[in-house]
Amino acid sequence: MKKLAVSACLALGLGVLALPALALDDPSEMLPNPAQEKRAEAIGAQLRCLVCQNESIEDSSASLARDLRHVVRQHVAAGESNQQIMAWMTQRYGEFIRLKPGFTASTLLLWAMPVLALALGGILAALMLRRPRSTEPLDEREEKRLAELLREQDISR
Amino acid sequence: MTISTRRRLLMTLPVAGAGLAGFGCWKMLTAMQDGSFDPHAIRRDKGSAIVPDFALPGLSGAGDGFDAAALSQNARPVLVNFFASWCIPCVAEMAALRGIARQIPLWGIAYKDKPEDARRFITRDGSPYTRVALDQTGMTAIDWGVSGVPESFLILPGGRIAWHGASALDETLFRREILPLANAAP
Repeated sequence: MKKLAVSACLALGLGVLALPALALDDPSEMLPNPAQEKRAEAIGAQLRCLVCQNESIEDSSASLARDLRHVVRQHVAAGESNQQIMAWMTQRYGEFIRLKPGFTASTLLLWAMPVLALALGGILAALMLRRPRSTEPLDEREEKRLAELLREQDISR
Repeated sequence: MTISTRRRLLMTLPVAGAGLAGFGCWKMLTAMQDGSFDPHAIRRDKGSAIVPDFALPGLSGAGDGFDAAALSQNARPVLVNFFASWCIPCVAEMAALRGIARQIPLWGIAYKDKPEDARRFITRDGSPYTRVALDQTGMTAIDWGVSGVPESFLILPGGRIAWHGASALDETLFRREILPLANAAP
């Protein structure tokens, strides 16, 4: 048991350590200005790698992701704002490139889903819990039927 | 409502939910298989987009390159195809491209390819392309919104992008989606 706990802790620790590893293949990709590089990384983390689809371009080592990282850094170095760079990307690759899509009419259901699911679950739970705890007392007919059944049981014994 | 009917109703709710979700998944998967739904194609409205500015060199012995101006000045719609000699779907697409090139002018852009490889690739069995250019860095392709090869664009006179497809072309797809748009162009 102790061994298990130790290995679990180790695995967790390794997982945490592995998190900040980005796929910058080459340090020369980085911008010389650390503030700009940090901004470029933050933007890149919001952009989907279109080859791997569920990785950001900062995490992916696909060749397209490398090129897109380069483009982001070019735009950052040119002094463009985050919004301008995002707009440049979505104009070319559509909303699909944004790992966190904007709040529009077509993404309304996507964004509202957690609230909807919670509300639906709440309603279901309320309906289940509202079921009466105590049952009504038996009426005369039911009492008689019960007595009959009990008697039958006695005889069979 | 008696307790038992309500209980039965509550029981059917999750079952119905799971059924609905299953039906949705099945619909999506079949649509992906027959090509009518492409999750990759969630793109902006191409109807209003204009060809981005670019100027690309040619391939010696296969074409002398072209730029945005040359592409926009066409009197007829042109199909632009991004390809690469290292891309297997592009090899498979070639036969269909030869057939399509008989019906519409086809211009090719070699994506991240060595000039010699690209030249050999398109001249091996007869080039389907009217004009050929080389995008060695892949930066023009990014400006076009290309995420891989092969991808094709229908360009109307004036440089308007009327259609963008992110898969290999074939005769069926060409007739169903591209030809009607090309014929409708003024």
